[in-house]
Amino acid sequence: MSLRDRSCVTGIGETAYLRGATKSAFELQVEASLKAIADAGLTPKDIDGVIPIGIVSGTADDFIENFGLPDLRFSAQVPHGGASPAMALQAAAMAVANGVCSHVLITFGRNISAVAAGGNKAGARIHNMPQFHYVTEFEHPMGASAPAQLYAPMARRHMELYGTTVEQFGEVAVACREHALLNGNAVMKKPITLEDHRQSRMIADPFRLLDCSLESDGGAAVVVSSAERARDLRHRRVFISGVAAGHPDSPGSITQRPDMTSLGLAKAAPRAFRMAGVTPADIDVAEIYDCFTYAVIRQLEDMGFCAKGEGGPFVSGGRLRIGGALPTNTHGGLLSQAHVWGLNHVVELARQLRGDGGRAQVAGAEVGVVTGYGDMGDGALAIMRRE
Amino acid sequence: MNQAQPKPPQSPTALSRPFWEGAAAGRLMIQRCAACGKLRHYPRLLCDACYSDAVEWIEASRRGTIHSWTVAHHAFHPAFKDELPYTLVTVDLEEGVRALGRWTGEPPAIGQPVTGAFVARPDGVDLVFAPSTA
Repeated sequence: MSLRDRSCVTGIGETAYLRGATKSAFELQVEASLKAIADAGLTPKDIDGVIPIGIVSGTADDFIENFGLPDLRFSAQVPHGGASPAMALQAAAMAVANGVCSHVLITFGRNISAVAAGGNKAGARIHNMPQFHYVTEFEHPMGASAPAQLYAPMARRHMELYGTTVEQFGEVAVACREHALLNGNAVMKKPITLEDHRQSRMIADPFRLLDCSLESDGGAAVVVSSAERARDLRHRRVFISGVAAGHPDSPGSITQRPDMTSLGLAKAAPRAFRMAGVTPADIDVAEIYDCFTYAVIRQLEDMGFCAKGEGGPFVSGGRLRIGGALPTNTHGGLLSQAHVWGLNHVVELARQLRGDGGRAQVAGAEVGVVTGYGDMGDGALAIMRRE
Repeated sequence: MNQAQPKPPQSPTALSRPFWEGAAAGRLMIQRCAACGKLRHYPRLLCDACYSDAVEWIEASRRGTIHSWTVAHHAFHPAFKDELPYTLVTVDLEEGVRALGRWTGEPPAIGQPVTGAFVARPDGVDLVFAPSTA
């Protein structure tokens, strides 16, 4: 039986996003979790499912202990980096639709400032993760260490094969920044232009500084409830209408991937759209995982918003900005709001579909999509609609 | 600048030891399934075509074409700071698998024919590609 419209995002919560947080990752995660639970109109003891995102802060057991959860019936780990939040929606939807539990808390917190202060920056961190073992053994010793360096050849090849340009990368960066400025809770607070993007320093050609997502601290959480239970909660129901996950070939090594311009999302997207009974033309607002500007262009193609190779022209001329053809990352994304592994994208889509987007609200937003993209190409997406 | 900062180590595993021993001798070794003959790289436990774990190692040509490339302008590990900027190339080897390597000289172009060689460094070897000579 299809999962279509059988679960809802009923609660959303976020901490302040910043750099140099004084709270621990778990404190930030708890703060966001309590906000999401209260937002749903629930109490912590109503939570009977927990999916912590990553093993970077609290475990499911930590939530039993700190919230006094009387009967946690479901927990899961989804170890796919930035794809984990959207994949967690899939797991939560399955759990509540099948009566395994009623309310699943999906929760994340990080204090990367504290981690980085210990010398453990992005280029070092991933090499403690088992899913990066091929990179660690064969590429890191040669100086291919960090995601920017590992993803850059994908972007370069896309540019060479399809003519994708620096300006088109810049369009993504500028749209995200413009949207972040509409948001009272974003790390980046100054406007940028396409020229600022082009002039920003080169990190890993073709990625400039303004092509790269932020390192930031904060927590985010959502509650997923069965569609029936959601009827009695505080907000207008926001249904998970379609949800799917997919993995690229050679997930652990971009170098060995047969088509390095194709991501797991290409496999997942048709499943999710079919489940939801909609097409990309029906999408009013998109929250697309933006670890790098190029990743947004690539995912638009993988989801079928445009043909392969047409992602660059698709984003040109401000089409991703609010008022454009496909308002995207209305919160500012990982590029300009905060990097909490994309759980902020899930929060923002629910907010938009409730009509609570404030100055960033997309008028008449009824159907939207959120994606996750992690660990070099794992992908997931959820299509949501308001009641 | 701390010149003594060591690079991330080249750490062979039981699975990959023949690759690293070959590299030290200037040879690019890749796995061949002893049951069905399929070539594979990076080293894996099983053949994904026939699921056999019987493996033999063959020497690859080190010849191929550029699949893609990047130039690092920022050191994500302090050991590479003095080498900036440096170029990394992804190469389609004639054997049908890929290799990542360093590159020196003029910027590479996708499709360009290249040949690799192992170049010594203090703690091991790096695979460095250059344009193939006709």
